[in-house]
Amino acid sequence: MTERLDTLATSQTEGRATVWDRLRYLYRRSDQLRGYALLSPTLIVMILFLAVPLLILFTLSFWTQTYIEFDRSFTPANYLKFFERPIYSLLLGKSILISLCVATMTVLLAYPMAYFLAFRVKRAKILWLILITVPFWTSYLLRVFAWKITLGYQGVINSGLMSLGIIDEPLQFLLYNPFSVVITLAHAWAAFAILPIYVSLEKIDRTLLEAARDLGDGPVARFFGVTLPLSMPGVIAAFLFVFIPTVGDYVTPRLVGGTTGIMIGNIIQSMFGKANNWPMGAALAVISMVIIASLICVSLWFVRRMQRMSV
Amino acid sequence: MNGATQPRRFDSLFAYGLFYLAFLYGPLLFIVLFSFNDAIYVAFPLQGFTLDWYDAMWQQKELVDSLFNSIKVAAVVAVVSTILGTLAAKAVTRYRLKGSGPIVAFIMVPFVIPGIILGISLLVLVSNLGVELSLITIGLGHILIAVPFSMLVMISRMEGFDKSLEEASLDLGESAWSTFWRVTFPLVMPGIISSLLLTFTLSFDEFIIAFFLSGKEATLPLFIWSQLRFPQKLPNVLALGTCILLISALVIALAEWVRRRNLKAEQQSEIGV
Repeated sequence: MTERLDTLATSQTEGRATVWDRLRYLYRRSDQLRGYALLSPTLIVMILFLAVPLLILFTLSFWTQTYIEFDRSFTPANYLKFFERPIYSLLLGKSILISLCVATMTVLLAYPMAYFLAFRVKRAKILWLILITVPFWTSYLLRVFAWKITLGYQGVINSGLMSLGIIDEPLQFLLYNPFSVVITLAHAWAAFAILPIYVSLEKIDRTLLEAARDLGDGPVARFFGVTLPLSMPGVIAAFLFVFIPTVGDYVTPRLVGGTTGIMIGNIIQSMFGKANNWPMGAALAVISMVIIASLICVSLWFVRRMQRMSV
Repeated sequence: MNGATQPRRFDSLFAYGLFYLAFLYGPLLFIVLFSFNDAIYVAFPLQGFTLDWYDAMWQQKELVDSLFNSIKVAAVVAVVSTILGTLAAKAVTRYRLKGSGPIVAFIMVPFVIPGIILGISLLVLVSNLGVELSLITIGLGHILIAVPFSMLVMISRMEGFDKSLEEASLDLGESAWSTFWRVTFPLVMPGIISSLLLTFTLSFDEFIIAFFLSGKEATLPLFIWSQLRFPQKLPNVLALGTCILLISALVIALAEWVRRRNLKAEQQSEIGV
């Protein structure tokens, strides 16, 4: 093979056709090159429509809106405005708080379900998994809308309770507050939490549990000593999978949040819509992303430390 | 550790499972229930059975237009993102690529970025390029989120069969092309069908990104959004919502059944969604 390469290398000077031959030869021989060639279309699409737009968004956040055009001179004014006006940081803080509540609630609700799937369901596993996944794929807008008609002032719950004679007038606290936002989002992202936890529970070596039982651990000790620690990677993944997309949501707050349930996504959306201040919207998006990313890094660092301490 | 030795715990967990399904499906079933109710308002007691809302639904020309727009966009998105997802999945499962870890992580980035940010960043790109917003820009946004899903489905599919099957075919003298058609393709077929169905539904139901990237023509979720402002249009939205929910649910159940049945047959553990 080295001989062949040598002859190819010496014949390189002879003309373009041989260079082409050599490239083809290398391509045939090299798994690496063929792999990258297969990967390149996807990679190029993702660079052009994911990485490049994010970079442009970052640049835009340093510009200024002048009616319908942009003033392209570099200025940190949008970021300064964020710190000057407390409304922005308050809204961002509230959005993060709501998303943390959603992620916690979703994971707590999902864990017993994932446990049930992994340890108890024997025969109809596929059926259960499909039943759980299907609502996640159906229209997000419709799922949010479903909660609006369920929780509304004259909605399903209120009118149902009234016609049963349990309450005399509609319960006002059901809709248009942070609580309704939390429950709607927890419902919308349920499958995202169940599946990672389920996968991590499935992976647990069942002999470990038997060993713990043989050594005299009861069900509670087995759960906290073996099952829960080993499923933590799934729990963390589930938490982040729910937390991240909910921070920027604007549909749920708009439909079921009322005035007290507004989140940062609504402000960003209006900056690109009615308020027509794209650079400010871009700055808010960048700040949100930086804060989300740093929260993720801190939590991952914390998890690593915990794992190292337990080992 | 079988459930039979602990009948009481089995029962409470099973009950929780049913409660959870009720939580998942309850609100959606209200949409279905009230779409047949003979009243403008969504409230108990039920006023009687009617199909008027379904009838009125088809009278709206905008609805039919947006339905066809959605189908067009979703079909293109499904085909393009499944091709891209399959190529990338093949690359990372069949070749030991240097740096494939970070590259896969990069392709999966849309999972961990809020949809609104994907939407506005693409909006900024196309407006900088002077491209007019249209169904094409919506499709672009959807491809961005569909590719990671397709790639996950295809990776779990391709890890499920033995590379030596392809090698045997090549060693026995088949060309790369016929090896692909006669060995690889039939083996990954369930994954491809599943990926096509999933990405189609993903695009068909997507609203958050489409909202920023839409031009004059609307997709179905955008049409629904525009209808939510009018209380008198509510029953029509319920009827339309019922149709969408039922069709989406059927397509997804089919996709998941195809995928998981084959995965189970090969004793593979599930990856991702």
